[in-house]
Amino acid sequence: MSQHLLSWLIWLPILGAVATVVMGSTSPQRARWIALSTALLTFGLSVFLLLNYASDQPALQFDENAPWIVALNLRYHLAADGISLALIALTTFTTVLVLVGAWASVSDRVHQYLASFLLLESFMLGVFCARDALLFYMFFEAMLVPMFIIIGIWGGPRRVYATLKFFLYTFFGSIFMLVGLIYMAVETGNLDLTYLANYPFTEREQFWLFLAFLIAFAVKVPMFPVHTWLPDAHVEAPTGGSVILAAIMLKVGGYGFLRFSLPITPDAAHELAWLVIALSLIAVVYIGLVALVQDDMKKLIAYSSISHMGFVTLGMFVAVLLVRESMISATGSVDGARLALQGSMVQMISHGFVSAALFSCVGVMYERVHSRMIKDYGGLANTMPWFAALMVFLSMANSGLPGTSGFVGEFMVILASFQSHPLIAASAGLTLIIGAAYTLWLVKRVIFGAVVNPPIAKLQDVNARELLVLGGFALASLVVGLWPAPLVSLMDGSVNEVLQQLSRVKI
Amino acid sequence: MQAILLTIVLAPLAGSIIAGLFGRQVGRSGAHWAAIAGVSISLLLSLLVFKQMVFDGAAPFNENIYTWFEIGPYSAHIGFLVDRLSVMMMVVVSFVSLMVHIYTIGYMHDDPGYQRFFSYIALFTFSMLMLVMSNNFLQLFFGWEAVGLVSYLLIGFWFKRPTAIFASLKAFLVNRVGDFGFLLGIACVFLYFGTLDYATVFAGREQIIGQHIEIFAGQPWAVATVIGVLLFIGAMAKSAQVPLHVWLPDSMEGPTPISALIHAATMVTAGIFMVARMSPLYELSEPALAFVVVIGATTALFTGLIGLVQYDIKRVVAYSTLSQLGYMTVALGASAYSAAVFHLMTHAFFKALLFLTAGSVIIAMHHEQDMRYMGGLKKYLPITYWTALIGTLALTGTPFFSGFYSKDAIIEAVAIAAEHGGSAFSYAYWCVLIGVFVTALYSFRLLYLTFHGQERFVVQASAGHVQADAHAEPIPGVLARAPHESPLVVTIPLLLLAIPSLMIAWWSVGPMLFGDFFGASIVVDESHNVLGELAGEFHGALPAALHGFTQAPFLLAFAGFALATYLYLIHPPAAAMVRRWLAPAVRILERKYGFDEFNQAVFARGSLWLGRGFWKVGDIGLLDGAMVNGSANLIDRAAGVLRTIQSGHLYHYAFAMILGLIALLGAFLIPGLWQQ
Repeated sequence: MSQHLLSWLIWLPILGAVATVVMGSTSPQRARWIALSTALLTFGLSVFLLLNYASDQPALQFDENAPWIVALNLRYHLAADGISLALIALTTFTTVLVLVGAWASVSDRVHQYLASFLLLESFMLGVFCARDALLFYMFFEAMLVPMFIIIGIWGGPRRVYATLKFFLYTFFGSIFMLVGLIYMAVETGNLDLTYLANYPFTEREQFWLFLAFLIAFAVKVPMFPVHTWLPDAHVEAPTGGSVILAAIMLKVGGYGFLRFSLPITPDAAHELAWLVIALSLIAVVYIGLVALVQDDMKKLIAYSSISHMGFVTLGMFVAVLLVRESMISATGSVDGARLALQGSMVQMISHGFVSAALFSCVGVMYERVHSRMIKDYGGLANTMPWFAALMVFLSMANSGLPGTSGFVGEFMVILASFQSHPLIAASAGLTLIIGAAYTLWLVKRVIFGAVVNPPIAKLQDVNARELLVLGGFALASLVVGLWPAPLVSLMDGSVNEVLQQLSRVKI
Repeated sequence: MQAILLTIVLAPLAGSIIAGLFGRQVGRSGAHWAAIAGVSISLLLSLLVFKQMVFDGAAPFNENIYTWFEIGPYSAHIGFLVDRLSVMMMVVVSFVSLMVHIYTIGYMHDDPGYQRFFSYIALFTFSMLMLVMSNNFLQLFFGWEAVGLVSYLLIGFWFKRPTAIFASLKAFLVNRVGDFGFLLGIACVFLYFGTLDYATVFAGREQIIGQHIEIFAGQPWAVATVIGVLLFIGAMAKSAQVPLHVWLPDSMEGPTPISALIHAATMVTAGIFMVARMSPLYELSEPALAFVVVIGATTALFTGLIGLVQYDIKRVVAYSTLSQLGYMTVALGASAYSAAVFHLMTHAFFKALLFLTAGSVIIAMHHEQDMRYMGGLKKYLPITYWTALIGTLALTGTPFFSGFYSKDAIIEAVAIAAEHGGSAFSYAYWCVLIGVFVTALYSFRLLYLTFHGQERFVVQASAGHVQADAHAEPIPGVLARAPHESPLVVTIPLLLLAIPSLMIAWWSVGPMLFGDFFGASIVVDESHNVLGELAGEFHGALPAALHGFTQAPFLLAFAGFALATYLYLIHPPAAAMVRRWLAPAVRILERKYGFDEFNQAVFARGSLWLGRGFWKVGDIGLLDGAMVNGSANLIDRAAGVLRTIQSGHLYHYAFAMILGLIALLGAFLIPGLWQQ
């Protein structure tokens, strides 16, 4: 078993999904237990991986490499480094809490619903482990299917429009990536990511490959201006779907930049960094202002997600600039770039916790009042004090209050951006004001005030199960916020590796 | 030492957790005992550390507790720097906090959120202590935002009131504007020093002399100035300096104990403390100091003027706080950091006292805050009256009272700075001088309207029935029962705060202002060492006070006192007449110079307008309408012909895709399948 830990990690949820569908079709309760046990087991396995990851060794570990499609020289190559492991742990942790949260919220075709989440988990884990570009691509695309089903079957009234938009949008992006992969396969004859990172693509090749990757990953993140699928998808998705979408699926886009754009096309990344940085800053400011005027809580949080993910892409490409600057100036060092990239990664993990928790909060409210509209709420603090306390805490995390995880990434990215150019830092720093404005205005209207209508007056506070979900995310955010050092040192070696690859001039 | 310091910060935190998370289990008295015990431990240990530092001559403590992150050569820590500056702050914070904790038992007696309140104020004490004890910029920012959070929670404590939750949101957002500058300032420090550690930054401060940064192309700005101004923007929000002062008057929506603790004595002085702490950096930039002094002087005079026209007893004290914070800021700008911190300390005592006496009046008046319905309360509330009088005399800078020494030092310091040149300092000098008159006028106006003159309320037993009806607004000026002196838990803190308001300066003025009390904590460049020049004229507290009687500030204060006495005590109709004469000016003051309207119209509505525009035109119109759905419609029409040959059940396809993917993925498990 110890040789195939990552395979186990990926296949375990698939086995669990099969078991859930087969054995749980007659008894929803049995389906729930099977699914939850699987998720817990997978989470346990990811913790085991974390504990056994040697951060002082070369970054990639738990290597598995077998021939897969020999004719095309494709290999079933899995390995994980600190960055993958952080995202793997986020995935397995979130899936457990999603399944706990879904315990009573879905009553229709429970076994299929839960199995979809396990399949989704498996594919996401696959993305984070794959070291072969085509394998990555397959997991990357496969993820869409369970999510498509989750929104399409258990979603809200406009689910058909939302699912089609979601599917076509992301599929549209991926097509470009597929073209890029085919080109690379023909050109190099090998799609191993490490091999591609070392392959000397010309300036022209890099330029086009970079654009192909950019479109694919920008849709996924999502970045302005290809973000409009996300609010619709979130609004129609059931709570669990929204949570996974926000917490993990968006991270796949950021992860893609890290595995494809930066190492394979470092020179193009440098050349086009201004573009990505500009789009990221637009995301922070433009999308933040759009979030301010939303009437639908899920849309508001969806726009907030886009704005926060802007920090992820910003940090990465500021790192690109700083690495390259350090190479031309005599005194330069890559330390600023390390800070930027770490900030970007921490922001991904943090956004996983916080956005997941906020969507869960909306789920808790929706189950009681059956509305996502802000105007239908007001004064929840009167009837749901514990919920109010958690929601206020999580909102503070969303506004980047120090002591919560939301602060750590933003702080690092702003500090590093200032080294690149003070105006980049200043634009990004506007999130301090805008982010607090849309989040706390939401809190003011929903949580505070007098009870606005009779349904609110009759609400029950969160039950133990909901408390576990919200409290779990809140605690995770608090721990990372108070002591990010373990997370940072887990990823440190891998971040350095990426910076090494970035500093390799190929042209 | 480390264990003691950790206990000092963690004891209130523990109290907060007990009162907050286990409020139901421990009950009301459990909650207040937990919080009070925590803060008492902090106070006692702070006093112990104070003794060690000040009397036993212990060296400053500077150690990291744990590493927050470490990335290459960059690292960020949580750690303590305790020198005489921070230990003085620790004593002030924990002492005022303890007084407020005790007072709260009486003030919040009937409030259903009793435990929550204690949890918040204990959490505040923790955050504020973390802020003043920090040894690095990161933890400073932590504390900075944490006190902001607690302030937000406490202003909105009565969350059913629309005005309270509006004020709390406003306070948080205005503070975020300051934090925006503050964070960029920290980033700039980090860029030039590569560290967030105070000691390292201060030790290497000379390396930024002569360095320039080009934020806008072709505009080289001195790094020291950029750092100074950016950090000060943070202080402007936290310490409520014009134009970021707008949140503080509204924060009076919170319960009175926190107005005393957070919005007068401690949190709002965090900005002053920060600049004093950063004195090694500010000393490098004359333009930054000039900026500080102009902002401070403007605040000192113009917010004081607003206090003249307010009728809400708490708002008068709030505007007075703004004005006094302006005085402290002026002292900072004049490089008289010690005077700023000294005024911070005396102000913490007498302003907390004034707020708490206002609270005592409010309890007696059954939560009436409008001074037009008060008057003649002296005979009902003797302890409150006498302590309020002490607070007022201290605030107006009457010789022998603590406020005299601190305020006088500031005025003298600015005078010397103005002599050295610089129109900014001359402007500041006139502002603070006129401010003395204004301070006396509004202070005695408050005292007379509240405690002296005719009773402008009636006691009517039946009023209680009216008020018991939930829908009826209480009738202004009608009380169910006669006002009565507050219980001991309220009056004892008043007495304990009155003592330092009266005499703390007698012993401390010499060492803190003109001696070597702060040692290396505060750095002043020789060329603007204004306090050093003043030291020659200082021959002890008693001669200074006697000398004070002959000086311009005292005469101005006396003029203010005399005018207030005439207008509000001897001949009240004159006050109404003056108000009519000066109607246009009064109107400007009542509208608070229009800051609120401006912010509401430009910033609040402007961002909503922008957001709605971006959303409707950008997202919905352009991106979705033209691009996404537009192309979808095009394809839709083209595909209409082909569609007939598909079965149309999406989930069939989806399921088939999953099976296919799993099979493809699993194919490697069967060796050799693909190898022929």
